[in-house]
Amino acid sequence: MTTELGQLTAQRAAVPHAAPGPLTAPFWQGCADGQLLFQRCESCATANFPPAEHCRQCLSTALEWERSAGNGIVYSWTVVHRAATPVFETPYAPAIIDMAEGYQILTNVIDTDIAQLRVGLAVTVDFRAVGNELWLPYFRPSP
Amino acid sequence: MPTKGRTAAIAGVYNTKQGRRLEGETTRRLIVEAIRGALDDAGLSLGDVDGITSENTASLIYDLRLGPVWQGSTFGVGMITEAVAAIEFGLANVVVLVAAQAQAYRDHAATAPWTRPENEFVAPWGMFTAAEFALIARRHMEVYGTTREQLSLVAATIRNNGSANPEAVYADRGPFTPDDITASRMIADPFHLLDCATTSEGGCALVVANVELLDPPCRPVHVLGSGADFFGPSYQHPPAWDLMGRRGDHPNGLVGRHAADMAFAHAGIDRDDVDVLELYDPFSFEIIRQLEAFRFCPDGEGGPFVEDGHIAITGSHPVTTDGGTMSFSHAGTNPQMMQRAIRGVQQLRGDAGALQVPNARIALCSNGGAGALFTTVLLLGDEPR
Repeated sequence: MTTELGQLTAQRAAVPHAAPGPLTAPFWQGCADGQLLFQRCESCATANFPPAEHCRQCLSTALEWERSAGNGIVYSWTVVHRAATPVFETPYAPAIIDMAEGYQILTNVIDTDIAQLRVGLAVTVDFRAVGNELWLPYFRPSP
Repeated sequence: MPTKGRTAAIAGVYNTKQGRRLEGETTRRLIVEAIRGALDDAGLSLGDVDGITSENTASLIYDLRLGPVWQGSTFGVGMITEAVAAIEFGLANVVVLVAAQAQAYRDHAATAPWTRPENEFVAPWGMFTAAEFALIARRHMEVYGTTREQLSLVAATIRNNGSANPEAVYADRGPFTPDDITASRMIADPFHLLDCATTSEGGCALVVANVELLDPPCRPVHVLGSGADFFGPSYQHPPAWDLMGRRGDHPNGLVGRHAADMAFAHAGIDRDDVDVLELYDPFSFEIIRQLEAFRFCPDGEGGPFVEDGHIAITGSHPVTTDGGTMSFSHAGTNPQMMQRAIRGVQQLRGDAGALQVPNARIALCSNGGAGALFTTVLLLGDEPR
């Protein structure tokens, strides 16, 4: 299988992934179910991600899982040409996304050409299964 | 008063040989060599030591038979601040700070293990330090218009310093032009290979001592002020420029500003008083960022500032004069951070050879960076203030 020059794709082989714990397992189950979840504080409405035991703003423990609409814009990006480990196919594009619900998530941007990457690019979550049947929340340019 | 008659200062420094690989060496052998070297430089012996900070400090204390001894717990240039505080509070009189690394990273198919910690929200995205710092750099480039050429000027300046330093891993590899930087292969956009720290092996040590009690052969170097800014664990959360704590004063992109403000206020000196900047250089952009964060130039103007030649050895703000982590050495997680302070000491003693900044009397040394969510600062002077 060949990759079109400059075209960013999801990883195919298994990637490193620490086993989720009780706090984070709902997020990964959500990914497998096609839902991007984050925690909303019932007390002050702050969006919390990655999962926390208490709200990072008001410290309330009343955190409820909420489904994100999956839309955001690229806050910053890079394109890796020398992979962290040989299991990653290059190039890939780590990015920080500003989610519409008011939190940031680290991801890889896919299904676009490297030349299209820029701060402010509108993107939408796209769940892809990689080698070890891990469902990851990639992002691609919004339609 | 437990602090009366106590003035802590850096009385000795030592670098072992540094190399891409030091065949036959082990971390412990380098540590022992570095301790001996720094104590010798300070005119002291192992029997004088009553304080130590390292990475596996407890086993060192046992194996060197140093007990009972004060034990520090922090890392990088913060080890010096902690040792000064321990001495001036009466907990110790002679503190050795030591770190080394050999043989921990030989499989170069992957980046060094300490550049890619296990984290379930980070590891699947292929993150490692170059990508973390690239996300900070790219944001600055798009917000302020910082250019690729400006990054190249930083990398070429520091690598040329290293090339002229006979003790550097990459001694005599230069000269480098800005075009040489972008001619190297791309690692993590915008960083090419020569924008990035190397990985190497080596060790180093410093001795911080109560110089009221002891009389070191070299003129001691004094800690004028220090600061430490932390935003959270390195490499576990998105490295966002705009990450802000609840006080809402400084974003992560300016991490180190609060630390520098504290250090300068404590020292009672101004930015203009600094003669040499031993800035931590994990990636070229980090120099531009630190110049802004530490208020050596206005926000967003670090790029044009480096273009004007300020950071060369002959400029107004010479940076990273041994070649830093790009060219001098980048061993493990701790030695290479301590070595910013060692170079500051060498400059203030006039021991920097061809790379000596004339009449250097005050040095600023830093560790960390916005990609790692922390920056620490140390101000050194050739006399107490």
